[in-house]
Amino acid sequence: MPEENYEHHSYDVIVIGAGGAGLRAAIAAHDQGARTAVICRSLLGKAHTVMAEGGIAAALGNLWPEDNWQVHFRDTMRGGKLLNNWRMAELHAKESPDRVYELEQWGALFDRTPAGKISQRDFGGHRYARLAHVGDRTGLEMIRTLQQRAVALGIDVFMELTVTDLIKDGDRIAGALGYWRETGTFVVFEAPAVVLATGGIGKSWRVTSNSWECTGDGHALALRAGAALINMEFVQFHPTGMVWPLSVRGLLVTESVRGDGGVLRNSEGRRFMFDYIPEFFKAETADNVEEADRWYDDKRNNRRPPELLPRDEVARAINSEVKAGRGSPHGGVFLDIASRRSPEFIRRRLPSMYHQFKELADVDITKEPMEIGPTCHYVMGGVEVDADTQASAVPGLYAAGEVAGGMHGANRLGGNSLSDLLVFGKRAGEHAAAYAKSTGARRPKVQQADLARATEAALAPLQGHKAGENPYALHQELQDTMQDLVGIIRVEPELKEALERIAALQERARQVSVEGGRRYNPGWHLALDLRNMLLVSQAVAMAALERQESRGGHTRDDYPTTDPYWGARNVVVELKEPASGGPPVLTKRHQLIPTVPAELSRLLEEEH
Amino acid sequence: MSYDLTLRIWRGDARGGNLVDYTVKAEEGQVVLDAVHQVQATLANDMAVRWNCKAGKCGSCSAEVNGKPRLMCMTRLSLFPRGEPVTLTPLRTFPVIRDLVTDVSFNYERARQVPAFTPDASQPTAPFTMYQADVERSQEFRKCIECWLCQTVCHVIRDHEDKKAHYAGPRFFIRYAELDMHPNDALDRKAFLQDSQGLGFCNITKCCTEVCPEGIKITDNAIIPMKERVVDVKYDPVVRFFRRRRHD
Repeated sequence: MPEENYEHHSYDVIVIGAGGAGLRAAIAAHDQGARTAVICRSLLGKAHTVMAEGGIAAALGNLWPEDNWQVHFRDTMRGGKLLNNWRMAELHAKESPDRVYELEQWGALFDRTPAGKISQRDFGGHRYARLAHVGDRTGLEMIRTLQQRAVALGIDVFMELTVTDLIKDGDRIAGALGYWRETGTFVVFEAPAVVLATGGIGKSWRVTSNSWECTGDGHALALRAGAALINMEFVQFHPTGMVWPLSVRGLLVTESVRGDGGVLRNSEGRRFMFDYIPEFFKAETADNVEEADRWYDDKRNNRRPPELLPRDEVARAINSEVKAGRGSPHGGVFLDIASRRSPEFIRRRLPSMYHQFKELADVDITKEPMEIGPTCHYVMGGVEVDADTQASAVPGLYAAGEVAGGMHGANRLGGNSLSDLLVFGKRAGEHAAAYAKSTGARRPKVQQADLARATEAALAPLQGHKAGENPYALHQELQDTMQDLVGIIRVEPELKEALERIAALQERARQVSVEGGRRYNPGWHLALDLRNMLLVSQAVAMAALERQESRGGHTRDDYPTTDPYWGARNVVVELKEPASGGPPVLTKRHQLIPTVPAELSRLLEEEH
Repeated sequence: MSYDLTLRIWRGDARGGNLVDYTVKAEEGQVVLDAVHQVQATLANDMAVRWNCKAGKCGSCSAEVNGKPRLMCMTRLSLFPRGEPVTLTPLRTFPVIRDLVTDVSFNYERARQVPAFTPDASQPTAPFTMYQADVERSQEFRKCIECWLCQTVCHVIRDHEDKKAHYAGPRFFIRYAELDMHPNDALDRKAFLQDSQGLGFCNITKCCTEVCPEGIKITDNAIIPMKERVVDVKYDPVVRFFRRRRHD
């Protein structure tokens, strides 16, 4: 192999990912005086955050003065089936209002209340209207605001650069190796602190709302660097994705449609969600149409409509209706707002949805119902981090946003993702900067041998194996495997089969060969992404097989109820070298979750 | 029902290239980007194309479809007569990197030149009191997904290399308009906009408005009002002409 000419950069903190968490982390690290760079695989402003629609959950109390952080904390924990890291849920509920105001301080223009405050909208699992929003394009507003702030501060941004490996010096992070997509040449970043903000893993499923970037890169980088993943079995299937035409299957239909009055009906025209109210949420959910409809205007005297149960409940209900033969023509159910709100209201509150259905499906949502079905949307699991600092077990490695685990427990509430990005992005950036400073004269160094190894691995797909595998074909097989065997409803034999198939795909992935050279070659890029997708998918299937109960975003047909043993435990997944030697293998263990302190525990019990 | 679709795609790089025909099976309801992905997966693994969300929200997959700049993910194949090839070429205004991918860094340089939002001294710290009617004008411009279609069709950027160096382009004119109309922004960027960002070079042919996938009224709601605001301090023949016509 010819000698590589590396491009070298040195920073205190590098942030991998330029979505909400990454940009917020970079701003925080910069504000602490750290020399900071953001690395992103796409152009700036295109990260998956841009697709977020409904809003940012924060107990501002602008419409309902009764709302406060305690209620938000309670809703988040109950939505997560009490498996959340309580300290993260507490910090999140307390700090998200300030993080929202900060966006306004930097130029964001949220929709307003008549009194000139930030307006808030209803969403599933939230007791009060809580989501700060801009129509149904809140993610765009958030990413633009953060992007413009980062640019104004002069933070260095490396666009269209992919990190393939983290480099360590002994136990500590020393930097990262990446390549420019444009040229295929390698870049070495020397930095004592790395913040992973790489987002989700949805591209391993066939039907997903995720963009191509959601390949679990950060999850895989963390595993390979020696950090642990928790809760990987908890994958959120958003109840409402488009189902037709096939071209857009999985494309997100915002929960705001239901928050703003839309209801779900089966082929018989029945509002079937009333048949699926679980015991856990009975006390707070309306059991009749009249009460449910009154709730939108009078939250004090009425309970929430069952269409606004947390996402896991709604997705399972839709799945059951379709299985029972009461689905829509294209295998979903009907989401109807046309018969419930005026065309003007719908176009003003849901402009992107109106546009999306009109352009891509020839459906006018002010006149007809939408056909929708569950779509792989979000992974609750991620890197195990300290709640206050977002530090992983590897010194110098931090994680924030979707790539971090614990905050959302077994199921995330809508709107809590954007606030999560801001609250923990800021914390990760600050603590990474402080850590980098603390390394002082003992700064870790990137060793040449590690670079050579990482470079060789990155170039392997270009070495032209005979009878090489096509990365696109392997990706499709992985998507079929995860969709069919590790989907909404899981059973032991299928999970075991999934693990076998993933192992076979991993073997074949070693024989991947791509045509063309190193300059902007998507086949090569996918071959490298595939390595991460396979490792992370294995972690998901392994954790899903381990957890023998049903909870939140993990439903086992063979273990249909919750189990108190599992109610107190996380599944932890790590890459470990076997005692017998050889390359590291994925291992699992059970870990007790931290106990909620009494004063917070009381909040969870409160009736209302 | 599937049918044979021929895509005629420009393959090459800065040194040159040519159109190559690829035939794939297309399905009802598909968009151009679906067909491009099929070409990538089955016929040309290394074909360079930029895309992210495939939902019209990120503005990455801009290219010229039969000569017209469009988002490939929002362009239905049903727009085109069956049996005729669909031609895909990279955006014409920006330097090509490879195949359908162009170097759009010009736009990111312009973004760095925008003086940031600066809160008014009367309300220095959020939460600000602002009313819906007052934020709505700026909200229209904040719908921009930065697909650069308006930039690629702008005659000044496309045809005038000499002026380009001092010209922000329609995407950034709406950014300046957005800040100017922000109810709580205090900074006056008008002289800067005219002197350093070339607002006067725009002769309002509305090509930008026509290609905007978000339907932003770039010319009517941003450029013309900004020209009118600037004209009080600066001379702009276009505004003068239009003002005269309105009085006729």
